[in-house]
Amino acid sequence: METVRIYIMGKEYSVPAGLTVMKAMEYAGYKFIRGAGCRAGFCGACGTVYRKEDEYKLRFAVACQKLVEDGMYLVQLPFAPAPRASYDLEKIRPSDNVLLKFYPEIARCVACNTCTKSCPQEIQVMDYIQAALRGDIRRVAELSFDCIQCGLCSMRCPADIKHYHVAQLARRLYGKYLAPKAEHLAQRVAEIEQGKFNAELDRLTRMERKELTKLYEARQIEEGVGV
Amino acid sequence: MKVLYYPGCSLKTVAESFERSAKLAMAALGVELVELERWNCCGTVSALTTDDLMHQLAPIRNLIRVQEAGEERLVTLCAMCYNTLKRADLWVAQHPEELAKINAFLDEEPDYRGKVRVLHLLELLRDELGFATVKERVVRPLTGLRVIPYYGCLLLRPREVGLDSAENPRILEDLIVALGAEPVDTPYKTQCCGSYHTTTHKEIVAKRAHAILSSAREHGGEVLISSCPLCSFNLDNRQRLVRELYDGFAPVPVLYFTELLGLALGLDPQAWISEQHYVDPRPLLEEHQLLKR
Ligand code: SF4
Ligand code: SF4
Ligand code: SF4
Ligand code: SF4
Ligand code: FES
Repeated sequence: METVRIYIMGKEYSVPAGLTVMKAMEYAGYKFIRGAGCRAGFCGACGTVYRKEDEYKLRFAVACQKLVEDGMYLVQLPFAPAPRASYDLEKIRPSDNVLLKFYPEIARCVACNTCTKSCPQEIQVMDYIQAALRGDIRRVAELSFDCIQCGLCSMRCPADIKHYHVAQLARRLYGKYLAPKAEHLAQRVAEIEQGKFNAELDRLTRMERKELTKLYEARQIEEGVGV
Repeated sequence: MKVLYYPGCSLKTVAESFERSAKLAMAALGVELVELERWNCCGTVSALTTDDLMHQLAPIRNLIRVQEAGEERLVTLCAMCYNTLKRADLWVAQHPEELAKINAFLDEEPDYRGKVRVLHLLELLRDELGFATVKERVVRPLTGLRVIPYYGCLLLRPREVGLDSAENPRILEDLIVALGAEPVDTPYKTQCCGSYHTTTHKEIVAKRAHAILSSAREHGGEVLISSCPLCSFNLDNRQRLVRELYDGFAPVPVLYFTELLGLALGLDPQAWISEQHYVDPRPLLEEHQLLKR
């Protein structure tokens, strides 16, 4: 079995090559009580900071996705202490300065781009903070779409910005006030409310498991959609 | 002609009429102002300190974006952006060791090679199009309109950055004349508006605004033009406080120079005039029959 040397919080371990950081830590005997969630690169719970023996740069990843490499010095950052501002989405509006009002520290950004360099999702984090600064909520929402809220950016920023909370507020405002409304959705909700599908649902809830399985297997599948 | 330009934060928020009028007016002159991709704040507040490399990153990164766009010059509208970007450019030119450090830090970007020229839109009008050409293109001369040119600090100082004489500038006067209006000279035209005191010491700014605007009125001025969103805010929006503090003060409308340009080119001001003006300029424009096309 091919193995690699990794250092978990400074202690050396030899682990099989090809494991993710998370699996390798479990192999080494660690048990994740926190700092792991989806194990699929979506929840952002497993932020990892590492440096390679022969590199001066810090690197950032999510432990459930990153494969171990020889000579990795690792530490987990499962949580970023970055309080979220409290707001009532019903009462605020997508104005030029609303992001600045709840997160005034965005005005301290010096455009060092450190946040972008620490994002495991390869998001243009600085660009969305800059967009936030100039009140461009739509752009913040678009640029931050893939954010998994791991918080690594916010642990590195010299201006103490809570990037992912800023982005979340922007996406909420965008979704509520700026994004074009989906007409077919409103139509379908109205249909549901009028009881159009009640009979069908009743039929399904009363169905035998076998019959239900058969129906499920025979369902229409859109082409090109994987499971 | 297409020119890459740098808008800056204020033009996207509190000074929309500045950007809109500039774009429309320049389009009418055959110049398309193309917005720089992925720009960030010019870094004005932090870039005012010295020996502070971190705070040079913002302006230099913008100049790298210009390089990336394959251009060698960048036009700004805001006087403060102009000053900040040009000053950072001059500073790194004079401090090659510091530039090397900055380039090393910005390892995700190509090195800044120091070849970008930062221009103010007024310079483009004066030196590239020429005020004579502007004059030829005027379809609605602003005859009889008495305009106070206001320079403030940042177009003229420090001397290496300034686009005209710091003591006796004339670029705005020349523009005003080209547009058919009458420049009104006042001793306050190059004095400071109080700048960022506006956030913490509003009364200082009100005092400055009162001095600048009253002198302008005494000299017969009807409207003041500026090239800086902060100056405009201080001289326009702070008139609310000036009226509270100084009896008998008569309000003066404040416009961006690009708004005057647009008017003279025969454009419809409804396309840019916004509610962001505190003193509504429309009655004056109406009086001079400049509101209708
Ligand atoms: S933007 Fe910040 S919180 Fe979001 S994924 Fe990137 S590093 Fe994580
Ligand atoms: S790390 Fe902070 S200061 Fe640096 S670019 Fe990102 S938001 Fe701005
Ligand atoms: S000043 Fe900034 S860059 Fe320098 S060592 Fe401290 S944190 Fe690092
Ligand atoms: S000078 Fe003002 S408007 Fe221009 S970029 Fe800087 S902060 Fe924004
Ligand atoms: S456990 Fe969810 S992203 Fe890694």
